[in-house]
Amino acid sequence: MISRLFALFSSAVLGLAAPALAAAQPAPDQTPGEGGGLSGSVSDENQWQDLGIAIASFATDQDVPTRTAAGSTSALGRGLSEVVAADLRNNGLFKPSGPDGLPQPAYEQISAPDFGSWRGRGADMLVQGYVRANPDGQLTVGCYLYDVALGQQLRRAGWVVPPEDWRRAAHKCADMVYSRLSGESPFFDSRLAYIAETGPKGRRVKRLAVMDSDGANHRYLTSGQATALTPRYSPDYRSILYLSYLNGVPSIYVYDLATNRQRLVTRSGNPTMAPRWSPDGRWILYSMAIAGNTDIYRIPATGGTPQKLTDSPGIDIGGSFSPDGSKITFESDRSGSQQVYVMNADGSGQQRISFFGGRAATPEWSPRGDQIAFTHIAGNLRIAVMNPSGGGMRYLTDSWQDEAPTWAPNGRIIQFFRTEKNSGKASLWQVDLTGRNERRLPTPVDASDPAWGPIRP
Amino acid sequence: MATPFRIVPVALMLAGTLAMSGCAKKAPKMLPPEPGAATSTDTGASTIGAAPGSQADFVAVTQGADTIYFDTDQYNIDGEDSAALQKQAQWLLRYPDKRATIEGHCDERGTREYNLALGERRANAAKNYLSSLGVGPARLTTVSYGKERPAAPGSDEGSWSRNRRAVTVTID
Repeated sequence: MISRLFALFSSAVLGLAAPALAAAQPAPDQTPGEGGGLSGSVSDENQWQDLGIAIASFATDQDVPTRTAAGSTSALGRGLSEVVAADLRNNGLFKPSGPDGLPQPAYEQISAPDFGSWRGRGADMLVQGYVRANPDGQLTVGCYLYDVALGQQLRRAGWVVPPEDWRRAAHKCADMVYSRLSGESPFFDSRLAYIAETGPKGRRVKRLAVMDSDGANHRYLTSGQATALTPRYSPDYRSILYLSYLNGVPSIYVYDLATNRQRLVTRSGNPTMAPRWSPDGRWILYSMAIAGNTDIYRIPATGGTPQKLTDSPGIDIGGSFSPDGSKITFESDRSGSQQVYVMNADGSGQQRISFFGGRAATPEWSPRGDQIAFTHIAGNLRIAVMNPSGGGMRYLTDSWQDEAPTWAPNGRIIQFFRTEKNSGKASLWQVDLTGRNERRLPTPVDASDPAWGPIRP
Repeated sequence: MATPFRIVPVALMLAGTLAMSGCAKKAPKMLPPEPGAATSTDTGASTIGAAPGSQADFVAVTQGADTIYFDTDQYNIDGEDSAALQKQAQWLLRYPDKRATIEGHCDERGTREYNLALGERRANAAKNYLSSLGVGPARLTTVSYGKERPAAPGSDEGSWSRNRRAVTVTID
């Protein structure tokens, strides 16, 4: 199940690059004299957001068939550029144009663009690339970013991918462009687990499903016979934690993606809920109700003895680790209503951090560590963020019922699910930290409980 | 001169007042019977058509008291719940070999995970009360469906008050 995607060092000239088997990262920027790049983030409306980026159809040295649904290398080249453009466009990043309506550069022009003609088109930045079919059936994809005004290459990278992973090369390219121009960490080459929903409100069928960050490569993992809820991808993408009513008692299972087998996290006969991974994947957090009282536990991911982290007569549930794994934010109603708390990873030092009106639930620590996203309940349910000491609370959404935020790997975008009044139909949405760029994610059927995995290696 | 024309408006007003106060907190106790379920006004005996000691018999005999209702975010057993649970306990004590599952539910206006825990707390509150009435706790299991299985589909106070519930289902 773990895809093999090799990065190429881009020191070689076009056409001569050889796979660098051990490399896991795109090539370092070798443009001389460049500073730290443009700074900014999705939470600002900085200048870089207005950059016009032309994304041309990727070229190929030879139009030959490929083992992809996209078709020959020529068609695949177009497909690659379309994925790059859709990534940037759908996330409200930059002002992308193309590949429609743009000239198609020849293979030889990929490393030597005709800057003059691109300047004439008003493009600030230019993304070009190529795809080649290798004798062993693999594909080599190159990605180049140019500053048109300077007539200069800003960055280039290449990857060798199995045919079924061609979209990953495009996501890596979009990530390279986004990171180089924004100064932020990448996030496109990542996957989501979520719950697919069908059927009437009182008897909804809820299935575990996974897909790429742009909705492609969608797959159902469970049949729907047993209700599935609240999935979480493991940091290495090898397994998924989720809740299932498989044996009648709601219980947390670890679903192994390589074998399609699953096992209970703990056998106690008591209901277990709200599973979470530690950032290093070594610990599993879960919540367990004994005689009606729910507390939070942790257990080594490989099994072992559970350790009880909370011990209040109220409901303590959920939990999300800080990126360094030292702290956990969780929710508790020990004060009389749901509020957000922080504790050390061993359960010590528990203290409430949310002190504003209403209830605060489902805290999720940003992968950057600087924010905690949560669901604020005051009549309506809304997505909000605050800093880890509880200050700076602000809403990101304003709808009837938005809940369960999950962070993009770079901590700049949040996904959540929105439920419609009366019909109960749910769908996945995302919003950036300004709260202004909100959009619905396409899913084959209704959807809830999104869980964003980390950037793929 | 109490003619029907003078009585009816008064009765309607009373009913309206009760319904409004009920909506604000808890579901009205006198719910219409489940479609297709046998009903009887004879509370002391089993209903014709339902085998004594069966789940159908339990539903018929308890007449809607198989379900108790909770205020928003609450799980305490109040007087109405207590009366309903006593009816359930009478039946369960009459058939001491019968087991039951208590299903805890919530309205949709809370987060999914918390509602799973809250439903579990409600089911356990009902279980503990039945135990205090002499029903052996080993005969009673609990399961929470959180907000995943609403009984009333609407997004309004009336529906929510009917969904904040614990339902006792005996095992045939």
